[in-house]
Amino acid sequence: MAANNIKHALFSAIVTLIIAYPILGFNLVSEGSSMVLKGAETSTIIGVFFAALAVFLFQLFRDNMTGVLGKLPALNPLANRPPMAQKKRLKLESVLLTLMLVGALFWPFMASRGAVDLATLVLIYIMLALGLNVVVGLAGLLDLGYVAFYAVGAYSFALLSQYFGISFWLALPIGALMAALFGLVLGFPVLRLRGDYLAIVTLGFGEIIRILLNNMTNLTGGPNGIGGIPDPTLFGMEFGRRVKEEGNTSFHETFGIAYAGEHKVIFLYLIALVLAVITAIVIRRLMRMPVGRAWEALREDEIASRSLGLNRTAIKLSAFTIGAFFAGFAGTVFASKQGFISPESFVFLESAIILAIVVLGGMGSQMGVILAAIAVTILPELAREFSEYRMLIFGAAMVLMMVWRPQGLLPMRRIHIELKPQE
Amino acid sequence: MLEVKDLSMRFGGLLAVDQVSLNVQEHEILAIIGPNGAGKTTVFNCMSGFYKPTGGKILFEGREIQGKPDFKISRLGMVRTFQHVRLFSQMTVVENLLVAQHRHLNTNLISGLFKTPDYRHREQKSLDRAAYWLDRVGLTDMANREAGNLAYGQQRRLEIARCMVTEPKLLMLDEPAAGLNPAETKDLNQLIISLKEDYNVSVVLIEHDMSLVMGISDRINVISQGRPLASGTPDEIRQNDDVIKAYLGEA
Repeated sequence: MAANNIKHALFSAIVTLIIAYPILGFNLVSEGSSMVLKGAETSTIIGVFFAALAVFLFQLFRDNMTGVLGKLPALNPLANRPPMAQKKRLKLESVLLTLMLVGALFWPFMASRGAVDLATLVLIYIMLALGLNVVVGLAGLLDLGYVAFYAVGAYSFALLSQYFGISFWLALPIGALMAALFGLVLGFPVLRLRGDYLAIVTLGFGEIIRILLNNMTNLTGGPNGIGGIPDPTLFGMEFGRRVKEEGNTSFHETFGIAYAGEHKVIFLYLIALVLAVITAIVIRRLMRMPVGRAWEALREDEIASRSLGLNRTAIKLSAFTIGAFFAGFAGTVFASKQGFISPESFVFLESAIILAIVVLGGMGSQMGVILAAIAVTILPELAREFSEYRMLIFGAAMVLMMVWRPQGLLPMRRIHIELKPQE
Repeated sequence: MLEVKDLSMRFGGLLAVDQVSLNVQEHEILAIIGPNGAGKTTVFNCMSGFYKPTGGKILFEGREIQGKPDFKISRLGMVRTFQHVRLFSQMTVVENLLVAQHRHLNTNLISGLFKTPDYRHREQKSLDRAAYWLDRVGLTDMANREAGNLAYGQQRRLEIARCMVTEPKLLMLDEPAAGLNPAETKDLNQLIISLKEDYNVSVVLIEHDMSLVMGISDRINVISQGRPLASGTPDEIRQNDDVIKAYLGEA
């Protein structure tokens, strides 16, 4: 046993050396016109050897250490408490939500412009995550190309405003419906597939949309993107210093206050907030409606559902379409917030981040997803000072999270419909 | 009401069901029996649309249904249970019954979001129907428990209740007594007879428990190695030499 451990540890340490030494131990330095290979500083090489030693020691004492790690969940005082009664839990949840909402309403008037901007982004991610939560968490369809629908929403608005001068408010439903349409069209052939196969096809679809946007240069501007996307207006009042469109007035003149750039940011934030709240409420209701139950049932046992007359394709398609619809919402807001979009904003990493939010929050749980969206969006910003190690910190946080609470921050607890005793 | 003519099902080189015919009259309990691996469940899967039969016809109330999608067949009024209990185990008992009534509900998204009177009315009606059937199978006390936490016998009964709330005309039970103790089997016996008598449902059942089969069936079909072996009343089957041979082996 012990000999085996030492062998394994030695092997791991050597692998570490083989990988780390060539990468960190040598540097390419340009001398005049040519590049010269030079050994790195002694401190780096010592560091590499220390790392190998650390790996060796870790592998040697791994069993003891994982034993300690295994006790981590026990350190969590909430891990093994008995579940709350549904009524109490709902009450607590609604109180918390109200508090959060009130806080969110007053937040922009106290925070700095940058903070409000970040908060808008958080709200966009909340919308996206809540939408994906329907597809992944409730209907159990792994969608790795969710960002495609986000892109469809954003580009619908950008293109419509560029070619037809359509305003934000008109583009909002159009963008969402366009995304839903794409969801429907894609979902139709794809939803026969299950599990891994579905994930791969959706992943492909996400990339196709991005590449299409990149290459249809004369329509979308390709990698140059589309700029000059208008800001939303409030009953025809613009938030710029000068009125861009005829017939509009500007916000600061109407109310006789001095122009401030913050007005626009705060307004966008409030729009995003309202939309996020609408998203949350609508999905919350959907979960308790027959469709929501059907999603649940189909996820649990497809064969039984079919034998009871549930149309599998239609039900899965509804989840896919509804998810896409909210991504379209988020996309429109995003386009308006940035004022400029390009295919760069809709890479696979975005899909992965949204999925990470859903998984971290606890699949199917709205409260958890909202908290996770806040954490995942803000964490990299907070860690910006260690900019080089941002992703490392992000990754470490994810790993810790999975050890500590594998079922997500707030695992889903279904709201059961109760049968009341009859008199 | 149900007529199966020369049904055949071939999986590659294996002919699992060969020219099986049966017919179910209204207000009748028909049992399908046969040794293990005889193809009984395959016949069921063809009838309920899970398999597309490779040959033969299935007529339900005069309409050809072979090869139709499973959910459509179920909506016509032919609902089945499974050999192994297939409940939505994370959902509560009453929710299991609500899911089954999906097609009776107002599934329009808009009316659901705004809780229109029609939506509420139908939701309430389906809750009432669920409550009725829970009472009928004696599970009212369990209504708000997760289905997965029920005892096995209760899960079996819930599965039958879940079929009944869809208001079927023909109920197909695949080994409903498997794993039940004698007392539970007796209850099941009475339940099935009552389904026929009180709710005018025809029943097709696959079963190995001979006391159940002989006690309640009006007619019995015997299948052996995918082929029809005999059919008739329980008494006829009991005395049929071929059947005795198939079950006991040749002496």
